[in-house]
Amino acid sequence: MRIPCPVCGERPSEEFTYRGDARPVRPPMDSSDQGAWVEYVFFRDDERGRIKEQWQHTIGCRAWIVVDRDTASHEVHGSELARDAAEGGQA
Amino acid sequence: MSEYSVFQLLRETLRGHTGWRPAWRDPAPKERYDVVIVGGGGHGLATAYYLAKEHGITNVAVLEKGYLGGGNVGRNTTIVRANYMLPGNERFYSKSLALWEGLEQELNFNLMMSQRGVLNLAHTDGQVDMFARRGNAMRLHGEDAEIWTPEEIRRHVPMLDLDNARFPVRGALMHRRGGTARHDGVAWGYARAADRLGVDIIQNCEVTAIERDPQGRITGVDTTRGRIKAGKVGLAVAGHTSQVAQMAGLRLPIETHLLQAFVTEGLKPILDQVVTFAAGHFYISQSDKGGLVFGSSLDGYNSYTARGNLPMVEHTAEAAMSLMPCIGRLRLLRHWGGVMDMTMDGSPIISTTDVPGLYLNGGWCYGGFKATPGSGWCFAHTIARDEPHPISAELRLDRFMTGHELDEAGTGAQPNLH
Repeated sequence: MRIPCPVCGERPSEEFTYRGDARPVRPPMDSSDQGAWVEYVFFRDDERGRIKEQWQHTIGCRAWIVVDRDTASHEVHGSELARDAAEGGQA
Repeated sequence: MSEYSVFQLLRETLRGHTGWRPAWRDPAPKERYDVVIVGGGGHGLATAYYLAKEHGITNVAVLEKGYLGGGNVGRNTTIVRANYMLPGNERFYSKSLALWEGLEQELNFNLMMSQRGVLNLAHTDGQVDMFARRGNAMRLHGEDAEIWTPEEIRRHVPMLDLDNARFPVRGALMHRRGGTARHDGVAWGYARAADRLGVDIIQNCEVTAIERDPQGRITGVDTTRGRIKAGKVGLAVAGHTSQVAQMAGLRLPIETHLLQAFVTEGLKPILDQVVTFAAGHFYISQSDKGGLVFGSSLDGYNSYTARGNLPMVEHTAEAAMSLMPCIGRLRLLRHWGGVMDMTMDGSPIISTTDVPGLYLNGGWCYGGFKATPGSGWCFAHTIARDEPHPISAELRLDRFMTGHELDEAGTGAQPNLH
Protein backbone atom coordinates (compact mmCIF):
# COMPACT_ATOMS: atom_id res chain seq x y z
CA MET A 1 0.00 0.00 0.00
CA ARG A 2 1.43 3.38 -1.02
CA ILE A 3 0.18 6.66 0.36
CA PRO A 4 0.43 9.99 -1.44
CA CYS A 5 1.82 12.61 0.93
CA PRO A 6 0.80 16.11 -0.21
CA VAL A 7 4.32 17.29 0.67
CA CYS A 8 6.60 14.36 -0.22
CA GLY A 9 4.65 12.56 -2.95
CA GLU A 10 3.79 8.87 -3.00
CA ARG A 11 5.58 6.97 -0.25
CA PRO A 12 5.34 3.41 1.19
CA SER A 13 2.75 3.05 3.95
CA GLU A 14 5.30 1.94 6.54
CA GLU A 15 6.62 5.52 6.65
CA PHE A 16 3.27 6.60 8.11
CA THR A 17 1.58 6.24 11.49
CA TYR A 18 -2.13 5.55 11.60
CA ARG A 19 -4.60 7.40 13.77
CA GLY A 20 -7.98 6.40 12.36
CA ASP A 21 -11.26 7.84 11.19
CA ALA A 22 -10.85 11.58 10.50
CA ARG A 23 -14.48 12.52 11.06
CA PRO A 24 -15.01 12.50 14.82
CA VAL A 25 -14.51 16.04 16.07
CA ARG A 26 -13.29 16.60 19.61
CA PRO A 27 -15.80 18.36 21.86
CA PRO A 28 -14.66 21.73 23.20
CA MET A 29 -12.03 21.22 25.90
CA ASP A 30 -14.27 22.81 28.52
CA SER A 31 -17.23 20.63 27.59
CA SER A 32 -18.61 18.45 30.36
CA ASP A 33 -21.01 16.61 28.06
CA GLN A 34 -20.05 13.03 28.91
CA GLY A 35 -22.04 11.54 26.04
CA ALA A 36 -20.22 13.70 23.50
CA TRP A 37 -16.81 12.68 24.88
CA VAL A 38 -17.75 8.97 24.91
CA GLU A 39 -18.86 9.27 21.28
CA TYR A 40 -15.67 11.04 20.29
CA VAL A 41 -13.24 8.77 22.13
CA PHE A 42 -14.82 5.35 21.59
CA PHE A 43 -17.53 5.08 18.96
CA ARG A 44 -16.87 4.69 15.24
CA ASP A 45 -18.86 4.04 12.08
CA ASP A 46 -16.21 1.49 11.06
CA GLU A 47 -17.37 1.43 7.46
CA ARG A 48 -16.53 -1.08 4.82
CA GLY A 49 -15.62 1.09 1.86
CA ARG A 50 -14.13 4.52 1.29
CA ILE A 51 -13.32 6.48 4.44
CA LYS A 52 -11.32 9.58 5.34
CA GLU A 53 -8.66 8.83 7.87
CA GLN A 54 -5.77 10.57 9.58
CA TRP A 55 -2.20 9.43 9.05
CA GLN A 56 1.06 11.10 10.04
CA HIS A 57 4.09 10.96 7.75
CA THR A 58 6.28 10.00 10.71
CA ILE A 59 9.39 8.96 8.80
CA GLY A 60 9.10 11.84 6.38
CA CYS A 61 7.87 15.41 6.67
CA ARG A 62 5.90 14.56 9.87
CA ALA A 63 2.82 16.27 8.49
CA TRP A 64 -0.61 15.05 9.57
CA ILE A 65 -2.65 14.23 6.50
CA VAL A 66 -6.15 13.05 5.70
CA VAL A 67 -6.18 10.06 3.34
CA ASP A 68 -9.17 8.91 1.30
CA ARG A 69 -8.83 5.11 1.38
CA ASP A 70 -11.05 2.09 0.77
CA THR A 71 -11.13 -0.36 3.68
CA ALA A 72 -12.51 -3.09 1.44
CA SER A 73 -9.72 -2.94 -1.15
CA HIS A 74 -6.83 -0.87 0.29
CA GLU A 75 -7.13 1.41 -2.73
CA VAL A 76 -6.03 4.98 -1.95
CA HIS A 77 -7.93 7.76 -3.73
CA GLY A 78 -6.09 10.84 -2.54
CA SER A 79 -4.91 12.90 0.39
CA GLU A 80 -4.58 16.42 1.70
CA LEU A 81 -2.96 18.11 4.65
CA ALA A 82 -5.05 17.69 7.80
CA ARG A 83 -5.00 21.47 8.25
CA ASP A 84 -6.55 21.98 4.81
CA ALA A 85 -9.14 19.26 5.51
CA ALA A 86 -10.08 20.95 8.79
CA GLU A 87 -10.54 24.22 6.94
CA GLY A 88 -13.12 22.62 4.67
CA GLY A 89 -10.95 21.01 2.02
CA GLN A 90 -12.15 18.09 -0.04
CA ALA A 91 -9.65 15.29 -0.36
CA MET B 1 -24.71 -40.37 14.30
CA SER B 2 -22.88 -42.49 16.80
CA GLU B 3 -20.05 -41.68 19.15
CA TYR B 4 -16.54 -41.88 17.80
CA SER B 5 -14.61 -44.74 19.37
CA VAL B 6 -11.76 -47.09 18.55
CA PHE B 7 -14.29 -49.87 17.94
CA GLN B 8 -16.19 -47.82 15.43
CA LEU B 9 -12.93 -46.93 13.73
CA LEU B 10 -12.02 -50.62 13.51
CA ARG B 11 -15.44 -51.51 12.15
CA GLU B 12 -15.25 -48.81 9.50
CA THR B 13 -11.71 -49.85 8.61
CA LEU B 14 -13.00 -53.35 7.88
CA ARG B 15 -15.80 -52.09 5.63
CA GLY B 16 -13.80 -49.52 3.72
CA HIS B 17 -15.05 -46.46 5.62
CA THR B 18 -18.42 -46.65 3.89
CA GLY B 19 -20.45 -46.30 7.08
CA TRP B 20 -19.55 -42.78 8.21
CA ARG B 21 -22.47 -40.38 8.23
CA PRO B 22 -22.55 -36.58 8.33
CA ALA B 23 -21.93 -35.38 11.85
CA TRP B 24 -24.78 -32.88 11.79
CA ARG B 25 -27.99 -32.36 9.84
CA ASP B 26 -28.43 -29.84 7.02
CA PRO B 27 -31.92 -28.52 7.79
CA ALA B 28 -33.91 -25.90 5.89
CA PRO B 29 -34.67 -22.90 8.06
CA LYS B 30 -37.93 -23.09 10.01
CA GLU B 31 -40.32 -20.16 10.04
CA ARG B 32 -39.65 -19.31 13.68
CA TYR B 33 -37.07 -19.93 16.39
CA ASP B 34 -36.86 -18.87 20.01
CA VAL B 35 -33.29 -17.77 19.48
CA VAL B 36 -31.34 -17.08 16.29
CA ILE B 37 -27.57 -16.93 16.55
CA VAL B 38 -25.94 -15.05 13.69
CA GLY B 39 -22.54 -16.54 12.94
CA GLY B 40 -21.60 -20.23 12.76
CA GLY B 41 -18.09 -19.91 14.09
CA GLY B 42 -16.77 -21.24 17.35
CA HIS B 43 -18.53 -18.68 19.52
CA GLY B 44 -21.91 -18.97 17.80
CA LEU B 45 -21.88 -22.76 17.89
CA ALA B 46 -20.71 -22.85 21.51
CA THR B 47 -23.48 -20.41 22.42
CA ALA B 48 -26.11 -22.57 20.73
CA TYR B 49 -24.75 -25.66 22.45
CA TYR B 50 -24.86 -24.12 25.93
CA LEU B 51 -28.29 -22.57 25.27
CA ALA B 52 -29.59 -26.06 24.61
CA LYS B 53 -27.60 -27.90 27.24
CA GLU B 54 -27.48 -25.48 30.18
CA HIS B 55 -30.66 -23.47 29.65
CA GLY B 56 -32.96 -25.97 27.93
CA ILE B 57 -33.57 -23.67 24.95
CA THR B 58 -33.41 -26.01 21.96
CA ASN B 59 -35.51 -24.16 19.38
CA VAL B 60 -32.37 -22.41 18.18
CA ALA B 61 -30.88 -21.72 14.75
CA VAL B 62 -27.28 -20.86 13.98
CA LEU B 63 -27.08 -18.91 10.71
CA GLU B 64 -23.76 -19.00 8.88
CA LYS B 65 -23.21 -16.98 5.72
CA GLY B 66 -20.47 -19.27 4.43
CA TYR B 67 -19.59 -22.76 5.56
CA LEU B 68 -19.29 -23.89 9.12
CA GLY B 69 -15.96 -22.98 10.67
CA GLY B 70 -14.86 -21.03 7.59
CA GLY B 71 -14.28 -17.77 9.43
CA ASN B 72 -11.88 -16.83 12.18
CA VAL B 73 -12.29 -20.12 14.04
CA GLY B 74 -10.44 -21.74 11.15
CA ARG B 75 -7.94 -18.92 10.66
CA ASN B 76 -6.28 -18.38 14.02
CA THR B 77 -3.02 -19.56 15.57
CA THR B 78 -4.89 -22.00 17.89
CA ILE B 79 -3.52 -20.68 21.18
CA VAL B 80 -5.44 -21.34 24.39
CA ARG B 81 -4.47 -19.46 27.57
CA ALA B 82 -5.69 -17.53 30.58
CA ASN B 83 -2.77 -15.24 31.37
CA TYR B 84 -4.53 -11.91 31.80
CA MET B 85 -4.05 -9.42 34.58
CA LEU B 86 -7.23 -7.39 35.00
CA PRO B 87 -9.89 -9.11 37.15
CA GLY B 88 -12.68 -8.55 34.60
CA ASN B 89 -10.67 -10.40 31.97
CA GLU B 90 -8.86 -13.03 34.03
CA ARG B 91 -12.01 -14.30 35.73
CA PHE B 92 -13.58 -14.85 32.32
CA TYR B 93 -10.59 -16.45 30.61
CA SER B 94 -9.99 -18.66 33.64
CA LYS B 95 -13.52 -20.04 33.31
CA SER B 96 -12.90 -20.53 29.61
CA LEU B 97 -9.71 -22.50 30.23
CA ALA B 98 -11.48 -24.68 32.80
CA LEU B 99 -14.14 -25.46 30.16
CA TRP B 100 -11.42 -26.26 27.60
CA GLU B 101 -9.96 -28.84 29.97
CA GLY B 102 -13.12 -30.93 29.97
CA LEU B 103 -14.30 -30.16 26.47
CA GLU B 104 -13.02 -33.22 24.59
CA GLN B 105 -14.82 -35.55 27.00
CA GLU B 106 -17.95 -33.42 27.01
CA LEU B 107 -18.19 -33.25 23.21
CA ASN B 108 -16.69 -36.70 22.55
CA PHE B 109 -14.55 -35.01 19.94
CA ASN B 110 -10.76 -35.01 19.62
CA LEU B 111 -9.79 -31.35 19.89
CA MET B 112 -6.08 -32.21 20.11
CA MET B 113 -6.01 -30.11 23.25
CA SER B 114 -2.36 -29.76 24.18
CA GLN B 115 -1.52 -27.95 27.42
CA ARG B 116 2.08 -27.49 26.47
CA GLY B 117 2.54 -24.21 28.32
CA VAL B 118 2.61 -20.61 27.16
CA LEU B 119 5.93 -18.85 27.76
CA ASN B 120 6.00 -15.04 27.63
CA LEU B 121 9.61 -13.89 27.29
CA ALA B 122 10.73 -10.69 29.01
CA HIS B 123 13.56 -8.66 27.54
CA THR B 124 14.17 -6.01 30.17
CA ASP B 125 14.18 -5.98 33.96
CA GLY B 126 11.06 -3.84 33.79
CA GLN B 127 9.31 -6.49 31.73
CA VAL B 128 10.32 -9.18 34.23
CA ASP B 129 8.74 -7.09 36.99
CA MET B 130 5.64 -6.54 34.88
CA PHE B 131 5.29 -10.28 34.24
CA ALA B 132 5.78 -11.00 37.95
CA ARG B 133 2.93 -8.62 38.66
CA ARG B 134 0.76 -10.27 36.03
CA GLY B 135 1.73 -13.75 37.30
CA ASN B 136 0.71 -12.77 40.83
CA ALA B 137 -2.61 -11.44 39.54
CA MET B 138 -3.18 -14.73 37.70
CA ARG B 139 -2.41 -16.77 40.83
CA LEU B 140 -4.81 -14.68 42.85
CA HIS B 141 -7.47 -15.82 40.38
CA GLY B 142 -6.44 -19.45 40.84
CA GLU B 143 -4.49 -19.73 37.57
CA ASP B 144 -0.99 -21.13 37.37
CA ALA B 145 1.96 -18.86 36.73
CA GLU B 146 5.70 -19.16 37.26
CA ILE B 147 8.61 -16.86 36.61
CA TRP B 148 11.40 -18.63 34.77
CA THR B 149 15.03 -17.53 34.84
CA PRO B 150 17.09 -17.45 31.62
CA GLU B 151 18.76 -20.71 32.74
CA GLU B 152 15.41 -22.46 33.03
CA ILE B 153 14.34 -21.12 29.65
CA ARG B 154 17.57 -22.35 28.09
CA ARG B 155 17.04 -25.81 29.53
CA HIS B 156 13.44 -26.15 28.35
CA VAL B 157 13.51 -24.21 25.08
CA PRO B 158 17.01 -24.66 23.65
CA MET B 159 16.28 -23.30 20.17
CA LEU B 160 15.76 -19.70 21.30
CA ASP B 161 18.45 -17.05 21.02
CA LEU B 162 18.48 -15.73 24.58
CA ASP B 163 21.56 -13.56 24.09
CA ASN B 164 20.40 -11.38 21.22
CA ALA B 165 22.42 -8.18 21.61
CA ARG B 166 19.40 -5.95 21.26
CA PHE B 167 16.67 -8.05 22.89
CA PRO B 168 18.38 -10.32 25.48
CA VAL B 169 15.96 -12.57 27.38
CA ARG B 170 15.95 -11.68 31.08
CA GLY B 171 13.23 -14.05 32.23
CA ALA B 172 9.79 -15.29 31.34
CA LEU B 173 6.29 -15.88 32.58
CA MET B 174 5.31 -19.55 32.25
CA HIS B 175 1.60 -20.45 32.15
CA ARG B 176 1.63 -24.25 32.15
CA ARG B 177 -2.07 -24.87 31.58
CA GLY B 178 -2.01 -22.81 28.40
CA GLY B 179 -1.32 -24.43 25.05
CA THR B 180 -3.00 -25.14 21.75
CA ALA B 181 -6.11 -26.89 20.43
CA ARG B 182 -7.27 -28.02 17.00
CA HIS B 183 -9.28 -25.00 15.86
CA ASP B 184 -11.47 -26.68 13.22
CA GLY B 185 -12.21 -29.49 15.64
CA VAL B 186 -13.67 -27.03 18.11
CA ALA B 187 -16.20 -25.83 15.55
CA TRP B 188 -17.03 -29.37 14.45
CA GLY B 189 -17.30 -30.69 17.98
CA TYR B 190 -19.66 -27.94 19.10
CA ALA B 191 -21.66 -28.20 15.87
CA ARG B 192 -22.26 -31.91 16.30
CA ALA B 193 -23.12 -31.58 19.97
CA ALA B 194 -25.50 -28.65 19.36
CA ASP B 195 -27.13 -30.44 16.44
CA ARG B 196 -27.84 -33.47 18.63
CA LEU B 197 -29.62 -31.29 21.13
CA GLY B 198 -31.92 -30.03 18.38
CA VAL B 199 -30.18 -26.86 17.22
CA ASP B 200 -30.55 -26.16 13.49
CA ILE B 201 -27.25 -25.23 11.88
CA ILE B 202 -28.02 -23.43 8.63
CA GLN B 203 -25.09 -22.75 6.34
CA ASN B 204 -24.90 -20.53 3.26
CA CYS B 205 -27.46 -18.31 4.92
CA GLU B 206 -26.41 -14.67 5.15
CA VAL B 207 -28.37 -12.29 7.32
CA THR B 208 -29.30 -9.24 5.24
CA ALA B 209 -31.49 -7.37 7.72
CA ILE B 210 -32.50 -7.43 11.36
CA GLU B 211 -36.21 -6.84 11.78
CA ARG B 212 -37.82 -4.92 14.64
CA ASP B 213 -41.37 -4.02 15.60
CA PRO B 214 -42.53 -0.38 16.01
CA GLN B 215 -41.45 -0.47 19.67
CA GLY B 216 -37.95 -1.40 18.54
CA ARG B 217 -38.07 -5.00 19.75
CA ILE B 218 -36.38 -7.66 17.67
CA THR B 219 -38.82 -9.76 15.64
CA GLY B 220 -36.48 -11.74 13.42
CA VAL B 221 -33.98 -11.56 10.61
CA ASP B 222 -34.14 -11.47 6.84
CA THR B 223 -31.67 -13.79 5.15
CA THR B 224 -30.61 -15.03 1.74
CA ARG B 225 -32.73 -18.10 2.55
CA GLY B 226 -35.83 -16.18 3.53
CA ARG B 227 -37.25 -14.48 6.59
CA ILE B 228 -36.82 -16.12 9.95
CA LYS B 229 -38.80 -14.97 12.97
CA ALA B 230 -37.11 -14.98 16.34
CA GLY B 231 -37.78 -13.65 19.80
CA LYS B 232 -34.11 -13.14 20.46
CA VAL B 233 -31.16 -12.62 18.14
CA GLY B 234 -27.56 -13.06 19.25
CA LEU B 235 -24.70 -11.70 17.15
CA ALA B 236 -21.47 -13.70 17.11
CA VAL B 237 -19.93 -12.49 13.86
CA ALA B 238 -16.40 -11.57 14.90
CA GLY B 239 -14.73 -9.48 12.25
CA HIS B 240 -17.99 -8.13 10.89
CA THR B 241 -19.59 -7.06 14.16
CA SER B 242 -19.81 -3.39 13.18
CA GLN B 243 -21.49 -4.25 9.88
CA VAL B 244 -24.10 -6.62 11.29
CA ALA B 245 -24.83 -4.50 14.37
CA GLN B 246 -25.48 -1.57 12.03
CA MET B 247 -28.46 -3.51 10.64
CA ALA B 248 -30.07 -2.96 14.05
CA GLY B 249 -28.92 0.64 14.27
CA LEU B 250 -26.13 -0.08 16.74
CA ARG B 251 -22.94 1.94 16.54
CA LEU B 252 -20.08 0.31 18.43
CA PRO B 253 -16.70 1.11 19.99
CA ILE B 254 -15.05 -1.09 17.37
CA GLU B 255 -12.65 -0.68 14.46
CA THR B 256 -12.10 -3.54 12.07
CA HIS B 257 -8.45 -4.40 11.48
CA LEU B 258 -6.31 -6.90 9.67
CA LEU B 259 -4.09 -9.59 11.17
CA GLN B 260 -1.81 -11.97 9.32
CA ALA B 261 -0.65 -15.46 10.28
CA PHE B 262 1.94 -17.83 8.89
CA VAL B 263 2.78 -21.55 8.76
CA THR B 264 6.12 -22.97 7.68
CA GLU B 265 6.86 -26.30 6.06
CA GLY B 266 6.84 -29.20 8.51
CA LEU B 267 9.90 -30.16 10.48
CA LYS B 268 10.84 -32.41 13.38
CA PRO B 269 9.92 -31.23 16.87
CA ILE B 270 11.98 -28.19 17.86
CA LEU B 271 9.56 -26.21 20.00
CA ASP B 272 7.49 -27.76 22.78
CA GLN B 273 5.75 -24.64 24.10
CA VAL B 274 3.91 -21.61 22.81
CA VAL B 275 6.50 -18.84 23.01
CA THR B 276 5.87 -15.11 22.79
CA PHE B 277 8.52 -12.51 22.08
CA ALA B 278 7.68 -9.35 23.98
CA ALA B 279 10.23 -7.15 22.24
CA GLY B 280 8.24 -7.21 19.04
CA HIS B 281 4.87 -8.84 19.75
CA PHE B 282 5.48 -12.16 18.09
CA TYR B 283 4.12 -15.60 19.03
CA ILE B 284 5.09 -19.03 17.76
CA SER B 285 4.24 -22.67 18.34
CA GLN B 286 4.72 -25.92 16.47
CA SER B 287 1.69 -27.76 15.20
CA ASP B 288 1.32 -31.51 15.53
CA LYS B 289 2.00 -31.74 11.79
CA GLY B 290 5.38 -30.10 12.42
CA GLY B 291 4.82 -26.69 10.86
CA LEU B 292 5.72 -23.63 12.86
CA VAL B 293 2.61 -21.48 13.31
CA PHE B 294 3.27 -17.83 14.07
CA GLY B 295 2.04 -14.29 13.83
CA SER B 296 2.66 -10.81 15.13
CA SER B 297 0.85 -7.47 15.25
CA LEU B 298 -2.00 -6.01 13.27
CA ASP B 299 -1.18 -4.35 9.98
CA GLY B 300 -2.32 -1.22 11.76
CA TYR B 301 -5.07 0.38 9.68
CA ASN B 302 -8.78 -0.29 9.29
CA SER B 303 -9.43 -3.04 6.80
CA TYR B 304 -12.04 -5.60 5.78
CA THR B 305 -9.85 -7.24 3.16
CA ALA B 306 -8.54 -10.32 5.03
CA ARG B 307 -5.48 -9.75 2.87
CA GLY B 308 -2.27 -8.44 4.41
CA ASN B 309 0.47 -6.21 3.11
CA LEU B 310 4.18 -6.96 2.90
CA PRO B 311 5.61 -4.61 5.58
CA MET B 312 4.03 -6.75 8.30
CA VAL B 313 5.32 -9.91 6.64
CA GLU B 314 8.80 -8.45 6.83
CA HIS B 315 8.31 -7.32 10.45
CA THR B 316 7.10 -10.79 11.46
CA ALA B 317 10.03 -12.48 9.72
CA GLU B 318 12.41 -10.11 11.53
CA ALA B 319 10.88 -10.99 14.90
CA ALA B 320 11.12 -14.69 14.06
CA MET B 321 14.79 -14.30 13.18
CA SER B 322 15.52 -12.36 16.37
CA LEU B 323 13.95 -15.06 18.50
CA MET B 324 14.86 -18.24 16.62
CA PRO B 325 17.65 -17.63 14.12
CA CYS B 326 17.73 -21.39 13.42
CA ILE B 327 14.49 -21.20 11.44
CA GLY B 328 15.86 -18.72 8.91
CA ARG B 329 16.00 -21.21 6.07
CA LEU B 330 12.51 -22.59 6.49
CA ARG B 331 10.03 -21.83 3.75
CA LEU B 332 6.58 -20.51 4.43
CA LEU B 333 3.92 -22.99 3.45
CA ARG B 334 0.90 -20.77 3.94
CA HIS B 335 0.18 -17.22 4.90
CA TRP B 336 -3.21 -15.61 5.33
CA GLY B 337 -5.05 -12.62 6.75
CA GLY B 338 -8.11 -12.32 8.91
CA VAL B 339 -10.56 -9.60 9.87
CA MET B 340 -10.48 -8.56 13.55
CA ASP B 341 -13.09 -6.51 15.34
CA MET B 342 -10.83 -4.45 17.59
CA THR B 343 -12.50 -2.74 20.52
CA MET B 344 -11.29 0.57 21.85
CA ASP B 345 -9.93 -0.97 25.06
CA GLY B 346 -8.71 -4.27 23.62
CA SER B 347 -11.20 -6.39 25.59
CA PRO B 348 -14.22 -8.22 24.21
CA ILE B 349 -17.94 -7.49 24.53
CA ILE B 350 -20.56 -9.99 25.74
CA SER B 351 -23.64 -7.96 26.43
CA THR B 352 -27.26 -7.13 26.27
CA THR B 353 -27.93 -4.04 24.14
CA ASP B 354 -30.29 -1.07 24.04
CA VAL B 355 -32.34 -2.99 21.45
CA PRO B 356 -34.71 -5.37 23.27
CA GLY B 357 -34.07 -8.92 22.12
CA LEU B 358 -30.68 -8.20 20.59
CA TYR B 359 -27.53 -9.55 22.23
CA LEU B 360 -23.97 -8.82 21.28
CA ASN B 361 -20.92 -11.05 21.35
CA GLY B 362 -17.97 -9.47 19.58
CA GLY B 363 -14.93 -7.27 19.75
CA TRP B 364 -12.69 -10.28 20.31
CA CYS B 365 -9.76 -8.36 18.88
CA TYR B 366 -7.36 -11.11 17.87
CA GLY B 367 -7.89 -13.27 20.95
CA GLY B 368 -11.24 -14.89 20.36
CA PHE B 369 -10.20 -18.50 19.89
CA LYS B 370 -9.13 -19.19 23.47
CA ALA B 371 -12.38 -17.64 24.66
CA THR B 372 -14.64 -19.93 22.61
CA PRO B 373 -16.07 -22.12 25.41
CA GLY B 374 -16.28 -19.32 27.97
CA SER B 375 -17.81 -16.99 25.43
CA GLY B 376 -20.49 -19.50 24.51
CA TRP B 377 -21.13 -20.27 28.18
CA CYS B 378 -21.58 -16.61 29.18
CA PHE B 379 -23.37 -15.49 26.01
CA ALA B 380 -25.91 -18.32 26.34
CA HIS B 381 -26.59 -17.16 29.90
CA THR B 382 -26.89 -13.53 28.76
CA ILE B 383 -29.42 -14.50 26.07
CA ALA B 384 -31.40 -16.94 28.21
CA ARG B 385 -31.64 -14.75 31.32
CA ASP B 386 -31.51 -11.35 29.64
CA GLU B 387 -28.72 -10.28 31.96
CA PRO B 388 -24.92 -10.64 31.99
CA HIS B 389 -23.33 -13.72 33.48
CA PRO B 390 -21.44 -12.75 36.66
CA ILE B 391 -18.21 -14.00 35.07
CA SER B 392 -18.55 -11.75 32.02
CA ALA B 393 -20.27 -8.86 33.79
CA GLU B 394 -17.35 -6.54 33.20
CA LEU B 395 -17.36 -7.27 29.46
CA ARG B 396 -20.63 -5.38 29.06
CA LEU B 397 -20.98 -2.86 26.26
CA ASP B 398 -21.92 -0.04 28.62
CA ARG B 399 -18.47 -0.07 30.21
CA PHE B 400 -17.44 2.45 27.58
CA MET B 401 -20.14 4.87 28.74
CA THR B 402 -19.31 4.56 32.43
CA GLY B 403 -15.52 4.71 32.36
CA HIS B 404 -14.97 1.02 33.21
CA GLU B 405 -12.90 0.04 30.19
CA LEU B 406 -10.67 -3.03 30.50
CA ASP B 407 -7.48 -1.76 28.92
CA GLU B 408 -5.16 -4.71 29.46
CA ALA B 409 -2.36 -3.19 27.36
CA GLY B 410 -2.78 0.30 28.79
CA THR B 411 -2.59 1.95 25.38
CA GLY B 412 -5.86 3.90 25.43
CA ALA B 413 -8.57 4.10 22.81
CA GLN B 414 -6.33 3.27 19.86
CA PRO B 415 -7.37 -0.17 18.60
CA ASN B 416 -4.34 -0.75 16.39
CA LEU B 417 -2.09 -0.62 19.47
CA HIS B 418 -3.90 -3.34 21.46
